[in-house]
Amino acid sequence: MTSNIVLSEVEYNVVGKRHVRPDGVDKVTGRAQYGADVQLAGLLQAKVLRSPHAHARIKSLDTSAAERHPGVYAVVTAADLPFASLTREELGGDYQRLKFASNHVLATDKTLFKGHPVAAVAADSLHVAEEALNLIKVEYEVLPPAMTVKQAMKPNASLLHDDLFTSELGEMSDKPSNVASHMAFEAGDVEQGFQQADVVLEREYETASVHQGYIEPHNSTAFWNADGQLNIWCSTQGPFVVRTNVADILRHPVSKVKVTPMEIGGGFGGKITAYLEPIAALLSRKSGRPVKLLMTRTEVFEASGPAPGTWMKVKLGASRDGRITAADIFLAFEAGAYPGSPVMQGAACALACYDVPNARINGYDVVVNKPKTAAYRAPGSPQAAFAVESVIDEICEQLNVDPLEFRLRNASREGVRRVEGPVFRRIGLVECLEAARNHDHYSAPLEGPYRGRGVAAGFWFNRGFQSAVNISVNPDGTVNLIEGSVDIGGSRASIAQQAAETLGIAYEDVKPTVVDTDSIGYTMVTGGSRTTFATGWAAIEAAEDVKTQMVERAAQIWDASVDDVEYVDGVLSHKSDPELRMTFRELARQLLGTGGGITGASNVDPAGEGNGFGVHVVDVEVDPDTGKVTILRYTAVQDAGKAIHPSYVEGQMQGGVVQGIGWALNEEYFFSDQGQMMNSSFLDYRMPTALDLPMIDTVIVEVANPGHPYGVRGVGEVPIVPPLPAIASAISHAIGARINRLPANPGAVLEAMS
Amino acid sequence: MPGLVHVSTTINGNPTDFLCEPRQSLLEVLRDVLGMTGTKEGCNDGNCGACTVVLDGRIVTSCLVLGVEAQGKEVSTIEGVASPEGLHPVQLAFLENAALQCGICTPGFIVASKALLDREPDADEGRIRHWLAGNLCRCTGYDKIVRAVLDAEDKMKA
Amino acid sequence: MEAIEYTTPKTIAEAVQAMASAGDRARALAGGTDLLVQLRGGRRSADLVVDVKDIPELNEVSYNPQSGLTIGAAAPCYQIYANADVAANYPGLVDSASLIGSIQIQGRASLGGNLCNSAPSADAIPPMIAMGGVANIAGPNGTRQVAVEDFCTGPGRNVLESGELLVSINIPAPAPNSGANYLRFIPRNEMDIAVAGVGSAVVLDSSGQNFVSARIALASVAPTPVFAREAGDSLAGKAVSDESIEEAARLAMEAAVPITDMRGTVRQRIHLVGVLTRRTLNNAIRRARGEE
Repeated sequence: MTSNIVLSEVEYNVVGKRHVRPDGVDKVTGRAQYGADVQLAGLLQAKVLRSPHAHARIKSLDTSAAERHPGVYAVVTAADLPFASLTREELGGDYQRLKFASNHVLATDKTLFKGHPVAAVAADSLHVAEEALNLIKVEYEVLPPAMTVKQAMKPNASLLHDDLFTSELGEMSDKPSNVASHMAFEAGDVEQGFQQADVVLEREYETASVHQGYIEPHNSTAFWNADGQLNIWCSTQGPFVVRTNVADILRHPVSKVKVTPMEIGGGFGGKITAYLEPIAALLSRKSGRPVKLLMTRTEVFEASGPAPGTWMKVKLGASRDGRITAADIFLAFEAGAYPGSPVMQGAACALACYDVPNARINGYDVVVNKPKTAAYRAPGSPQAAFAVESVIDEICEQLNVDPLEFRLRNASREGVRRVEGPVFRRIGLVECLEAARNHDHYSAPLEGPYRGRGVAAGFWFNRGFQSAVNISVNPDGTVNLIEGSVDIGGSRASIAQQAAETLGIAYEDVKPTVVDTDSIGYTMVTGGSRTTFATGWAAIEAAEDVKTQMVERAAQIWDASVDDVEYVDGVLSHKSDPELRMTFRELARQLLGTGGGITGASNVDPAGEGNGFGVHVVDVEVDPDTGKVTILRYTAVQDAGKAIHPSYVEGQMQGGVVQGIGWALNEEYFFSDQGQMMNSSFLDYRMPTALDLPMIDTVIVEVANPGHPYGVRGVGEVPIVPPLPAIASAISHAIGARINRLPANPGAVLEAMS
Repeated sequence: MPGLVHVSTTINGNPTDFLCEPRQSLLEVLRDVLGMTGTKEGCNDGNCGACTVVLDGRIVTSCLVLGVEAQGKEVSTIEGVASPEGLHPVQLAFLENAALQCGICTPGFIVASKALLDREPDADEGRIRHWLAGNLCRCTGYDKIVRAVLDAEDKMKA
Repeated sequence: MEAIEYTTPKTIAEAVQAMASAGDRARALAGGTDLLVQLRGGRRSADLVVDVKDIPELNEVSYNPQSGLTIGAAAPCYQIYANADVAANYPGLVDSASLIGSIQIQGRASLGGNLCNSAPSADAIPPMIAMGGVANIAGPNGTRQVAVEDFCTGPGRNVLESGELLVSINIPAPAPNSGANYLRFIPRNEMDIAVAGVGSAVVLDSSGQNFVSARIALASVAPTPVFAREAGDSLAGKAVSDESIEEAARLAMEAAVPITDMRGTVRQRIHLVGVLTRRTLNNAIRRARGEE
């Protein structure tokens, strides 16, 4: 059986090879230091008291008994945050933003989700801190919660914020509402487009809240020194974002906040927001000791960001020859307790795979009494794809057109303008669709009752943004590469490979190190599928800087002009004198005596990000007695632009697929009527185990991104997009009934069959 | 601290004594008392396998063992898998097969996989998936982990 | 977790004394896979944890063709399924011992602990009921026996009085031409709590074509594990047929009184009881006939 295929157009020396990652040995021996592993002299342990109610007013809060408990060193509440002592006048236009950010960290007058922090204690041990939490007295007035967008959008809905007004297509409304914003994209003439259609389908979809499910809980250790220097050690995708958030919420100078990113145990978008860091910092300031704060698994589920539950409506028209003529889409996404769902991204991704001449997309960002949503791998795109791709699947059935053929007829390609405006540069969707059609999976017979095959396409923008890299040349010809991108899945290797390729030296001669925010220039999060692209760009630029300086040094040593020196494949040579030739290593040895060491540096913000597409094929079998779905075979095809490290590209594809399988089949936040999450453990949240899955076959397509020297696009997010619709369609074909709500757990499939 | 208990045990072959409260788990003792932070906490209720150690020859989740229960027992952790001669074949196979991404579940997977191969050197894919069902990984989709364990079998026979 | 005291009695008498000393504030610790989670989560509390794993009788797994199988209350699951006598004579017990939790959990969790935890969803209890298991209890007033089907009294509650301790469970020697099977339904393939579970045990006549007797028990469909006596009794004396099995399944569904929660709905659970009763009866019949 096929497993992993790489369709390469260009071969390099280091790029594209499957090297062992630089941090690998530490991670297979248990020596790698993650956030929870931090040990400091005098370290206190802290715990957070959290709201037991989804929506409540805090009538009184008394921490005095906890403060007196033996072994307790500090207790903090929202009163300790700077926001408590700042006036609306002082903050001006910044008022609501800071209010939301501060209240999210520690609630003031109201708690807006079960798990909302109310107070925190630092003590000798975790157990003593826990004992002290039980001594804090909070009196709540319980309010009715609004748990779904449908509930929250009703005119008489319980309001989370009395000062939140809808941003209605850019204009502020005058009545408080749970709808934070309504945005819209429109292109062409939608009504006319539907008139041109031979088939028009309109369907409604829902998806549940799901969690990123990283195995490492959030953690943060802080030490606030007497001179105001604040040190933070934590697990984050974005140490610079944490620095900004902490400085903002604590009103502290950025230069006095140093964030050291420890090894990170997964994030998928969920480890960007600073949940614990400001609390740990306040506790440290109060106690004068370093303070470690860890979330339990239940706290992770209840108080970090899930991906939004959604309510979506899609109306799609197509002509008999299989061309999409018009689309009208409604998306309402749960923001959680504060505004900021990825509905905008969902709207922009919804139709990105297709050239749709007439389209209208309305998106609503709606606050509900759930934890504030956070990014989760291609935020917004999987839900939107579930809705749009499901309708396309039904249209293909009605028109009796092969679903890959239909997609090929409508596929976005270079020059197509997206509904929200941008025009595609060179992209690889067509190549992915063709690779899927040519794969033996797609032509393999699928026999037997209650079996079905589904296909779907998916899109993610991929991002650029800021990165910085420094490369210092050592006397023995090796180099040290300093970067600000947290390594969440092998990026030290993919960055080092690009530096080695550019310098023309061996992969093993580049030692990459991820450093704190004092030690490298601003680097955006490890997320957005940007790291190998943008920090790779920074590594290439830094390496080019090294090369320029090496050429200058060689010219100086040879008493030649820099124009006479060339640098090819790690060898410096005089263009006209064959006697004058030095390897990188030979020149490195001479640097210290000829003017000093060389460090190449870069700060980049590359704009040439390459959009990513994937096409998935899945076979399922349904147990007609129980509704249980088994994944029989799965193939993921994706355009990586250039796979710098094919194994880790495959790993991103396989990991994304399996998160998508979990989302499609079993994962969901299950709430009581009162808004209590009932399944806040790995036992009942039901992420896939090794026993629930087959091998995940991959095909890496390489349509080089013209905006990157090696053609990199970014790969991390696309693979979670197609599984939702592909699996839903496969189940629908297996049972002869459509799946319009996810997860399609056994009970739901059983209901759909009856 | 009141009520500390003296426990004598063997960890990775070394006689080890420690003091702990009865309410502290073996995981807490390993990490916070003994500084052996290679064993990871993912859920603290036995459902993720990140804290897997070997206790008297059987893999267990150390979050569901009290530290005081280690009295007179033999404990093996990730720190004891490699030898001074080098990495264990399971560790090498994880590296070479890119079977880790973030790495937080990796110590648990390696301890569990080694325990399987010590017992069943010919375990097939289905058996490996069954044995490792108590170890959650959110990054890899398990594909490369299962392949790494199969590769480790070959390495151990070579 | 609140502070606890910890003790390791070496005999049943010492254990009973320790349990009695703290009354309702004492909890017995075997594998700890339920107890430690509950203590940590505040769902149970205790002043004294009595670790019973040093007591020989609680670790025993022994089989005698006359008296049957004795399972020490603290014997972990792996000792059940790794035992050749158990594998040969009680495959229905192996079914549940090998699907509780993970391999890691099976290294610690015991069938006795599963019984004492008295969860409605307990996977080990239905097959023990179906096979006619009896719990041996020791306490300040001596020992007593309680049929497994009478052991649980509510979610997390059972007949153990203050100071009492489950010592072992006895499962009678299998009758000729008998077989048993336990199946549960879970959305994943491991690491899950039963949405519904059914344990069935049958005794066939020597032809293998007729039921002599049958016992059926259910998980996750009531506040306690359910002994669906009428469902099993309906098979006694009947021919093995789709009709007789269907009737037993119908009666088992009638015995189920589930709730709707995050793991399943009333309708789904009752439906699953029917499905699993049919499947476990057919598997038990195959085992009784020596077909597997």
